[in-house]
Amino acid sequence: MDDMRLTERTVDTNESKITARKVQVYYGDTHALRDVDVDILDKAVTAFIGPSGCGKSTFLRCINRMNDTISVARVEGEIKLDGEDIYDAKVDPVQLRAKVGMVFQKPNPFPKSIYDNVSYGPKIHGMTRSKAELDEIVEKSLRRAALWDEVKDRLNEPGTGLSGGQQQRLCIARAVATEPEVLLMDEPCSALDPIATAQVEELIDELRSNFSVVIVTHSMQQAARVSQRTAFFHLGYLVEYGETGQIFTNPKDPRTESYITGRIG
Amino acid sequence: MTDASLNSVPAAPRSRSLHTVDERTRKRNAAEKRFRVYGVTAILIGIVFLAVLAVSIVRSGMPAFSRMVVEIDFVLTQEQFDEAEAQLMKTSAYQAYFNAALQESLNAAGVSAPFDEAAVERILGKTGGILREFYRENPDRLGQPVSFELPASSRVDGYYKGRVTRDTIVDSRFLMKSDLDIVDAMHDAGILKRGFNWTFIQGTDSGVDNPGGAGIGASVIGSFFMMIVVLVLSLPIGVAASIYLEEFAPQNRFTDLIEVNISNLAAVPSIVFGILGLAVFIQFMHLPQSAPLVGGLVLTLMTLPTIIIATRASLKAVPPSIRDAALGVGASRMQAVFHHVLPLAMPGILTGTIIGLAQALGETAPLLLIGMVGYVAREYPDSLVAGFTEANSAMPAQIYTWAARADVGFYEKAWGGIIILLMFLLTMNIIAIILRRRYERRW
Repeated sequence: MDDMRLTERTVDTNESKITARKVQVYYGDTHALRDVDVDILDKAVTAFIGPSGCGKSTFLRCINRMNDTISVARVEGEIKLDGEDIYDAKVDPVQLRAKVGMVFQKPNPFPKSIYDNVSYGPKIHGMTRSKAELDEIVEKSLRRAALWDEVKDRLNEPGTGLSGGQQQRLCIARAVATEPEVLLMDEPCSALDPIATAQVEELIDELRSNFSVVIVTHSMQQAARVSQRTAFFHLGYLVEYGETGQIFTNPKDPRTESYITGRIG
Repeated sequence: MTDASLNSVPAAPRSRSLHTVDERTRKRNAAEKRFRVYGVTAILIGIVFLAVLAVSIVRSGMPAFSRMVVEIDFVLTQEQFDEAEAQLMKTSAYQAYFNAALQESLNAAGVSAPFDEAAVERILGKTGGILREFYRENPDRLGQPVSFELPASSRVDGYYKGRVTRDTIVDSRFLMKSDLDIVDAMHDAGILKRGFNWTFIQGTDSGVDNPGGAGIGASVIGSFFMMIVVLVLSLPIGVAASIYLEEFAPQNRFTDLIEVNISNLAAVPSIVFGILGLAVFIQFMHLPQSAPLVGGLVLTLMTLPTIIIATRASLKAVPPSIRDAALGVGASRMQAVFHHVLPLAMPGILTGTIIGLAQALGETAPLLLIGMVGYVAREYPDSLVAGFTEANSAMPAQIYTWAARADVGFYEKAWGGIIILLMFLLTMNIIAIILRRRYERRW
């Protein structure tokens, strides 16, 4: 696979940010995810790959408890963030989601101004005391999302008026504005053209220095380009999890090999 | 397969030319054409009915907005005033002054018709009393020319609207055949004119024998207070119920049951709500009969399902990605709903509310049972509280009451009332359309 740039795979730390043990997810009677054990590293990009319906998005949504909003979904097992069980009865999902931000598949800015989009999270979490501080956060977040130069003169225009790639970067700015520790991305580039995709990928690599990033993607090239760790899901099972280079060049499981060479999925 | 192997296959028989239409296509096109004709016909039939309705309403209702008035320039001196006030029969003295002025106007125009006091009273009512009241209230106008506009009696009005003719008139205390000569003379002299009937707009309902004095004003106020009750109760209750059901309620048998029953409630005939209102609000809770408060409560029950259904539909129309986005940055469910979902659903909610209100405004059957129909609303409410609690009529009830009265003069009033009611409904619907256009958002 020559089109995959297997660039630097250095991981700064070896600390696990998220540890999942024996995670089961049921949608009604359907057993969507079985026995998932995974350790997600801090300050690294972890990619989840696998064919449609394999459970990778489901697992992603377990990490910030977005599955709570689906009334038929049921999660069993243990997911720990910094050693704390996030499914503990004492955990308020609202606090969890302030720590674990999420970017969705389709860019979904609020139909409000660019400024309001980014400032919404800090506002509801009471992160600022003054307008100046809020302005600062908005600028910093937009800069982190590599969007500042494009929108700094039109912060009061609606976020829905931006192009698709800009909207997705706005959503990333909105997610990083609350200073999360983990950033979950559910196929963030599936609605974007190659140029916008390249911009977002570059961004993900930069975000790695501050956050632990988990990205779900259908593009194996993308997984190879941006991630340090890759997990391959198939039919609800976590088939293989390891260093990205090893998964793509020397997979241990025959199913992984079949998938990355295009024989299944 | 390669191109070479494709080319070696003998050419398939050429398909039919695109320039000839085959049987199947011809049939399909014919069916489409037939359907278009049906559609256009259906629309035309609808337009014809609407036009007939509009024309008949306007033709029958417009006369209610005009009336015949006698316009007379009149001067009363201070001496005449003192003289009249000194007499025992004060109003008849004023009456005499008025008759003299009338005679003068007729003479000036060169028409002559002999008339006596009784005839003038039959045509114009008790003019003396009107004059005396005016000059006692405005003594500074004494000695100055004042132009009086006095409405002619409804029989005279009917004479010019074609309700009363010389052939059909029967001598009575309301109008004699001979009076019509005087009326014609006044018309020729240009003092009897057609004017706008302000009484119909501003006035209150009159007795059964005075169609000329009947106005819809009081019942417009009655409807207004009812709509306030409906708006204040049904909007918050309906929206709160919808938000809870749509965003927070668990999906189970019980909520399903509630959902089905809300839909059923929307289909319940309005008279059932009326009888419920009679039993619960008047007989059990002892709220005042015929009061806009009770009417408003009954109409609230009727409007709630409409508002709930419209609100839930517009909440459902807000894409779930907006909720995900809000929850994703750590908003609570309530914040997600009130900061993001509700503002987006607002135009739909307002449209549903206005349409529900418009429906309630035109509803007659429930008012029948709580005593609004048949109540003669002779007075405006004298305070805000009285507006809610004192017996009054409402526009549809007033129209129904007029339509049921024997005097043909009320016929045009009923139609005129319909025009006013339709104008209110039209205004509300236009507001709903404007709101929807202005605030509609696309994602």
